[in-house]
Formats: sequence, structure tokens, C-alpha cells
Amino acid sequence: MVAVVVLALVAGASLAIGARGMSIETVWQSLTQFNPDDGNHAVVRARIPRTVLGLVVGAALGLAGAAMQGVSRNPLADPGIMGVNAGAALAVVAGIHLFGISGASGFIWFAFAGAAAAAAVVYLIASMGRDGATPVKLALAGAALSAGLYSLMNVILVSSQDTLDRFRFWQVGGIAGNDWSVLVAGLPFLLIGATIVLVSGRILNSLALGDDMARGLGHNVPLARGVTALGIVLLCGSATAMAGPIGFIGLVVPHAVRFFTGPDYRWILPFSMVLAPALLLVSDLAGRVVLLPGEVPAGIMTAIVGAPVFVWLVRRGKGTSL
Amino acid sequence: MAQLSAGSLTLQYEQRRVVEGLSTQIPEGNVTMIVGANACGKSTLLRGLSRLLKPSAGVVTLDGKDIHSRPARELARTLGLLPQHPVAPDGITVRELVGRGRYPHQGFFRSWRTGDKSEHDLAVQRALETTSTLELAERNVDELSGGQRQRVWIAMALAQETEVLLLDEPTTYLDLAHQVEVLDLLTDLNRSRGTTVAIVLHDLNLAARYADHVIAMKAGAIVAEGPAEVVVTEDLVREVFGLESRVVPDPLSGTPLVLPIGRHHTAAPPSDIELEFVP
Repeated sequence: MVAVVVLALVAGASLAIGARGMSIETVWQSLTQFNPDDGNHAVVRARIPRTVLGLVVGAALGLAGAAMQGVSRNPLADPGIMGVNAGAALAVVAGIHLFGISGASGFIWFAFAGAAAAAAVVYLIASMGRDGATPVKLALAGAALSAGLYSLMNVILVSSQDTLDRFRFWQVGGIAGNDWSVLVAGLPFLLIGATIVLVSGRILNSLALGDDMARGLGHNVPLARGVTALGIVLLCGSATAMAGPIGFIGLVVPHAVRFFTGPDYRWILPFSMVLAPALLLVSDLAGRVVLLPGEVPAGIMTAIVGAPVFVWLVRRGKGTSL
Repeated sequence: MAQLSAGSLTLQYEQRRVVEGLSTQIPEGNVTMIVGANACGKSTLLRGLSRLLKPSAGVVTLDGKDIHSRPARELARTLGLLPQHPVAPDGITVRELVGRGRYPHQGFFRSWRTGDKSEHDLAVQRALETTSTLELAERNVDELSGGQRQRVWIAMALAQETEVLLLDEPTTYLDLAHQVEVLDLLTDLNRSRGTTVAIVLHDLNLAARYADHVIAMKAGAIVAEGPAEVVVTEDLVREVFGLESRVVPDPLSGTPLVLPIGRHHTAAPPSDIELEFVP
């Protein structure tokens, strides 16, 4: 309940704050009694797609991060670490370079395919050998594949100035400057992914006890993992296509949520879904005001917020089990 | 009724065959101890019996039905398992962990109902009481000692309320007092609820003392099975462990007690041994 209120406040602030500040009344009026001739109302209205996009992308990343940590039993799991972002990014760059795609509705299919392919490859590599896909092997495979994919991507970017220009705007991760078409293109996938992940709370609770225990409790572990992974790929692929790779949200928010929910994924998932967009919108807001009248993309701001938390998690050391 | 049996069971990891053509029964309502040297396949057999490992040939049946053809959740209501290395999530309380053992009995919406004393809360409460972990219920599992933690895992297996419970070396890393405590607890469970218990155990003497039925394994096959008095003999210890020993009746329980000989202690100490200390 508190979390929803926090999110509503942040969303309101996201409409009010920017290069041109608005009063709360102006925001409220523009939502309830829109006057097309009022310039202030128009500015607020123009910020709505951006705010809604922030809500949707943030929710997707929060859910995906929490589910990833659960399914891989890896506290450092994040769409970035597991190679899913890299796959999506490379696919988009390849799409720009080879097929000249532009605009998010073109990006989404490439991002989605790339994310799915990367996730599948990471899972296959990690599944080799007798123990199957252990958390450590998943993280190693993800990191190795990420490095490989990013260097391939750089090969393309270095060889083509035109691709680089078009890519740069998208790559840094920002929720600015997009309109409804992006949202409409990605939303169906995102909703399916969110549904899959939200109902997987009890599966993740059992997986947290170890694969053997989960099987002993009557789960089909490979199937459970595969279905949840599908949900994660849908979430990450569509979120990345909408806003570029935004890191750290999926890592930081679930850990913050654990402080007050404890280790029960039936609570961690919905709380992450509500609080991650709040963090993303706050990052986006901060990015709007730190360099007025210019802007810092949200992807950079989340990294500034998230990196210290990441370092703290690693230094704490005991976070090797979830 | 819950009769667990293996028929012509072959178990392998990738190409490495660990158990071959093994047939046995886990006697219903008894405590069965599976013993043998390292890498003899005893843990693998338990993994096969508990459907963690799919047989490459042969079959494991529960009440005559192949365990791999039964719905996993339904099976989990009858056949419980405590694996060797379960993982306790960071920051989980004892009560929460034990509650997760209820999964096979809960529907999706039931799992959300909290507050009222449901049958699930009662099952968790019973499991905590039986294992004397009630006073630990609100503590974090990370804070507990090894012995307490093992009791909590057993409590979780109890909350699953299965007729058969399989445990893979539940006393590893515990000191002697805690080993005895865990085995006493499992015996209580067997006596009071009639649960069929099968345990892979390293310690031959404790196995002999607590077992109604002993299965001794070597190189993936069963060498002997039956009551401890029949199975645990000097010949068997030589065959299974390659160790010379004396087997004498345990002065407390009358069960076989294995005294290993080794290279530095003679098999028959001279009766006048004390004379050697006279100056």
C-alpha cells in the first residue's frame, strides 16, 4: 500500500518536474480538465508518455531482476550480468547496420530475438556437465557471452559511423523522447512476461532451497526454470527495446525489497514491480534536473545510483545464497 | 500403505554407470540404513529412489506404480526427501522455512491465506514441536548452529507429512551428540507416525544401532541386506570396506559394534599388556 502511494507521488513528480517546472495544481488540472490552449497543460501532457514508459519499463526490469535472482539462485543476477541485455543490444545494432531499421517498433523484434537467443545460449552453456545449470555456471556463462557479444557489437559500431550515430541515442538507456508507438509495440509481450513471472513466486520459493529440494517438493525443475526464463526474456527484451539497456534497476530493487519482505518471492515480486518504476522515475527526474537545461539519460542515472549498491552487495560477501 | 521398491535399477551420470541392475525393497514402517564405502553408489541409489535421478534402465515403484509416471506434486505428498545440501535462503525464519515443506499440499490460492489457523499452520506447528525447534521458530536460520539447522530441515521434511522419508547423510558435519540427537528424532518419527525412513549413513556403528534393516552396498550393487545382527559381520566389513575388524555386541543395545583394527593395533592384545609399563 505504502509502495503504491510512493509510486503515485513519484509519477506525479515526473509530470511536474523538468526543464519547465509545474505546480501540482497545474498537473492535476491538465489531467482532469485539459485545456488545449494552455501551454503548461501541453507540456504536462507531453510528459505523460515518458512517465508511463518509465512506469512500464521500470516494472518490467524490477520483475525480471527479482525473477532472475530467484531462478538462478544468484544474488548478482541482473539482465546485464546474464547476457540478456548484450544479446538484445547486439541484435538491435545488427538490425540497424544490416537492415537499416530505426524507431522502437523496429527495434523490438530484434531486441526480443537477441535477448531470447542470449538467454538460451547462456542456459545451454551453463547446462553442460553433470550438475546442470548451477548459479555459478550461469553467471560465468552470462559474463563470458556478454563480453563476446559486446565486442562483436563494437566491431560493427567502429566500422560504421552511420550506425553509431543512430545507435548512440538508444544505447545509453533513456526513457526520454519516446512516444506511444514504442509502448504499444512492446506492451503485449511485456504483459505476458509479467503474468508468467508474477505467478512463479512459489516456484522461486522452492528453487531457493536448492534444485534437489525443489524436486523433492514436487516441482519439475527444468520446466519451472524454463517457463520462468521465458517470462524473464519477454520482460527484458521488450523493456530493452523500449528504452535501451537500463542496468542496475533489476539488481538493486529486489535486494532493497528483501529488507522489508524477507525472502518470500510471493512478496518480493509484486513489491519489486511497484518500487522499481519509482526508482527509474526518480533517476529520470534526477537526470532532468542535474544538468539543466540539458538532460542525463536515465540509464546513466540508474548506474550512478546502482553501482554503490552493487559494490556493497559484493563486499558484504555472504550474499552467495538466496 | 507406501511400499518403495527398485526393480533391475540402473543409474548413471552421463556415461558413468554407478548402479547396475539393482533390485531391493525399503521395508514399510521400518528404519532402513544404507551403508557402504565412499563412492559405492549409496547416495546415487537414494537419488534414484527419490526420483532426483531418472533410471536409465529398470524402475522405482511406490505401491506398485512407477514414480516417474506419477504427477510430481502428488508423489511429493507421499515421498519426502532431505537432500545432502539443501540451501537456506538469506534471512529466512525457521517457521517460514518449515512452512515451505507444505508446498505439495497447497493450491495456488490457499498458499496466500494467512492469519487463521489452517491445517497448514497446524502441520508446521506439529513439525516444530516434534523436532524441538518451536522456541527457534522466529529466529533466522543463518543464526543457528549446525545441529539446530539440521533439526529445522528435518522439521521441514516432517511438515510435508509423507509416509516415506529419504535422507542423504543427515548427520554429516555434526558432532557425536548431534548425530545421536538427529537419529533419535528420526526414530521417534518412525515409532510415533509409522513413517518409513531410509537413511544413507557413513557411521556403521550408528547405522547398526538405529536400523531395523541394513542395506550394505559395494560397487553399485547390494552385498547384503537384512537386520543389522545378520548383515554387519567381520566378513562383511572386510568385503565392503576392505578393513579387518572385530565385531562385538554393543554393550548398550546388543547390536553389532565394529572395532576397526588398522595397522597400529594388534588384533589380539596380549593379556599381560600392563606388565610392559612396570619399570
